[in-house]
Amino acid sequence: MQTAVTDENRPRQPGQTTVEPVIQVEDLVKCYKKARRNAVDGVSFSVPAGSLFALLGPNGAGKTTVISILTTTLSPTAGRVRIAGYDLETQSPQIRRNIGIVFQKPSLDQNLTAEENVRLHAALYGIYPYRPGFRLMPAAYRQQVEALAELLGISDSLFKPVKTFSGGMKRKLEILRGLLHRPAVLFLDEPTTGLDPESRHSLWDYLRRVRATGRTTIFLTTHYLEEVEEADAVCIMSRGKIVAAGTPEQLKTNLTQASLLLDSPERARLRQELQQLGVPFQEGTVFELPVAGPQVQHLLKRLETPLSLVQTRTPSLEEAYLQIIGQHMLENEEE
Amino acid sequence: MSALSRSTATVSVASATASHHDELLRLIMEAPTQRPLNATWNTFVTIAAREVTRFLHDPTQLVFALFMPILLILGLDGPLQSSFGKAAGYNLMGFAITGMLALSFYQHTLIGILSLLEDRENDFTQELLIAPISRYALIFGKIVGASVVALLQGVLITLLGILFFHFPVSLPGLLLLGPVALLICFLGGAFGVLLISLFSSQRSASQVLPLLLFPQFFLGGVFIPMHNLPWYLDLLSKITPLLYAADLLRSVVYSGQPEYNQIVLQEPLINLVVVCALTLLCLVVGTILFVRSERER
Repeated sequence: MQTAVTDENRPRQPGQTTVEPVIQVEDLVKCYKKARRNAVDGVSFSVPAGSLFALLGPNGAGKTTVISILTTTLSPTAGRVRIAGYDLETQSPQIRRNIGIVFQKPSLDQNLTAEENVRLHAALYGIYPYRPGFRLMPAAYRQQVEALAELLGISDSLFKPVKTFSGGMKRKLEILRGLLHRPAVLFLDEPTTGLDPESRHSLWDYLRRVRATGRTTIFLTTHYLEEVEEADAVCIMSRGKIVAAGTPEQLKTNLTQASLLLDSPERARLRQELQQLGVPFQEGTVFELPVAGPQVQHLLKRLETPLSLVQTRTPSLEEAYLQIIGQHMLENEEE
Repeated sequence: MSALSRSTATVSVASATASHHDELLRLIMEAPTQRPLNATWNTFVTIAAREVTRFLHDPTQLVFALFMPILLILGLDGPLQSSFGKAAGYNLMGFAITGMLALSFYQHTLIGILSLLEDRENDFTQELLIAPISRYALIFGKIVGASVVALLQGVLITLLGILFFHFPVSLPGLLLLGPVALLICFLGGAFGVLLISLFSSQRSASQVLPLLLFPQFFLGGVFIPMHNLPWYLDLLSKITPLLYAADLLRSVVYSGQPEYNQIVLQEPLINLVVVCALTLLCLVVGTILFVRSERER
């Protein structure tokens, strides 16, 4: 009996798989010509479709090298990479069609207008045929660009050279341009570096919206750790190797501890009471106790010394990150 | 009370804006596409059009392209014409402006291709090189785009030449000038592709470029006629690509003119063969090296 071909039982096309992770990297190695050590040294990870994945690490850790390899601009020395179901070595043109990239340095043509930059992108990715003028382009394109301009609030300056735009505006334009061809993965290499806090904030507003559509996986590198708190997965690299991986929560709980901060006008009495209760503490400008969750209330009930400060402290990813990198650097020095 | 209602109003406006933004984003990400019929051709046209658009956006480049030739001709051949014009037996200004025209086609296409290096460092080539486009379409689009720019400048130089600098005018000459100009542009473009495949940065290329261009100004007989040279200069002159390009252009422009035999050095056919062969050689070697050097760093 012949079964009807529905969406469920249609043989899977490459690039449409949902079970397979959208990015799969196995034992990736890159050694630059004339370099003594590997810039990327046996890195493996995978990224589930639709997630926000963050690659962290100090300068020179190999993040940009990894992104360059994944975006097909640099050939790896060894290792296997699959993106959107395509093999990096043999199917890089298909990969290019399925990814969008926002580079560390702006990649807009400064001498062209915003619309011309977008038109160039659309034509290069084969979404529309090129026509030498906005009005000559297909109606669907014009609608798309008008929506883009409205979203960015640049309807007035759409036809002005990009060099007149602010840094934050250029970045947003690049991100939206990168989404025109509906990439499966959007790579963002330090997208917020050099932006003021307000621009960073509004840029993340856009990225959250993009994520909410659920279509695009975001692969991010950044030095701003607070941007990564909402990531689904984080990998930390140091000297070409992955030194820690997991969700932000996992990294934080594995490495750092939540604590309770106390202070009192009668410090000696508080010190004595804590010692009597057998609670470990560190005394600095305030008392720091490794106490979290329901234990906090339990402890506070038993304390009789009047308190001037009660504060719970949840460690940030930044602290966890610094600890990981610090440890790794130390180990390397010992070697 | 009023403060409360105001804050609710703000929230509802904000959420309305947010949902409108989501709608816009959906429109951007889900607009129906309209695939071009031939992707390679579309890429080629897009890249070439970018070169021309950039040129049209940058008026200083245009002004510069016109002032330089005029300055050079007035400065170099003005004195020459008044001192030796009679001895030469033909107008040196006309000689120089035709040489200048060949140089302009060659040089401007060459420099146009070199902008690929500038792009690689600055901004845009990252976007170009990451796009799912054929490297060959990229290079040929770049050459044709730069050639169109050089030809536009060439038209202006020709007009100035006809008006002020004794540029010889004949109908067959002007008709043949087009294809010859295009060929010289391609020679410059092919040479440019070879250069960008050999030099990784704009800096190193722009240091070497004057070294490669300046001798050609003189040895190629752009401004000064190349007659009765000592043997070593004659040899150097014979290996200068621009010599053949300029001579080919003059053989077309001066065809049927009385001074043809004094001005044109070689058989046009020899010039044509040399220019075509050099173009092909540079283009093939340069393209192969360029495509390879991009990924193997």
